[in-house]
Amino acid sequence: MTGRIGVITFPGTLDDVDAARAVRLAGGEAVRLWHGDDDLRGVAAVILPGGFSYGDYLRAGAIAAFAPVMRPVLDAARRGMPVLGICNGFQILCEAGLLPGALVRNAGLRFVCREVALRVENRSTPWTSGYRSGAEITVPLKSGEGRYVADEGTLAELEAAGRVVFRYVDPAPSGALHDIAGVCSADGRVVGLMPHPEHAVDPLTGPGADGLAVFASVFASVVDAELREDRM
Amino acid sequence: MDVMPKPEILDPQGKAVAGAMARLGFTGVHDVRQGKHFELDVEDGLDDETLHRIATMLLANPVIEDWAVRWVGDEPGTDGETPG
Repeated sequence: MTGRIGVITFPGTLDDVDAARAVRLAGGEAVRLWHGDDDLRGVAAVILPGGFSYGDYLRAGAIAAFAPVMRPVLDAARRGMPVLGICNGFQILCEAGLLPGALVRNAGLRFVCREVALRVENRSTPWTSGYRSGAEITVPLKSGEGRYVADEGTLAELEAAGRVVFRYVDPAPSGALHDIAGVCSADGRVVGLMPHPEHAVDPLTGPGADGLAVFASVFASVVDAELREDRM
Repeated sequence: MDVMPKPEILDPQGKAVAGAMARLGFTGVHDVRQGKHFELDVEDGLDDETLHRIATMLLANPVIEDWAVRWVGDEPGTDGETPG
């Protein structure tokens, strides 16, 4: 039982199948979790995929943040379990308070669907350790509420601590402050980003395989942790 | 309960609405900001503390939104504003 990585499905989640496939392509076992679950079935990491959970009612991610499955996710995150939120998953993690800031309507009011270039600015998280320092990757972005905002103090803190994990190479299509595409928690274990690495894991179905290292990174991290545990 | 984007948060929807007003020929509107209005039918005596928690936990995201409660009651003296 190694490399079990959970993928949560909320009502309205769209990208759970692609996220599970990305986990498998990276060598892991994808464990499907349901929003109503009250435990994480022994997974070593968990992914909140993109979509429109609960129809984006109230605010994107606001209702999902209180789904039953989020209670064990919050507990596990506090103990250091790697958690990744992609797009709507990022919005959920911000609403749940696991990540700072918020995601609001794109500055241009348009839903943006295109490939974007990202720079990996922090490779010390379990989700980015497989990238070269400063790597530039191409992955799809598809969101209408992807503009990252936070107050000046929070932004300064994120920048100073290297907690901007992914940054748009070109000006953010969403108008995100500081061109931020993804951030992490203070301990680096929880990462959220708007673009979709799970759609870039196979050149047949995406712009390339630049996103695969996200899933390979966490697979390596959880297997490594399991081996260390076995030796103790 | 009224929930509004904080003044420093860009409100592109409000800007689009303001633009439409200008296109329709309405003058004299400098700015439009768009928010949400919730009507809560509550028990008598529901305390401000509970409303505060409802606002900050769910109805508003304090990172990007301000909120204000206005009591609209049958009895005199129950109208009033509680700033968020």
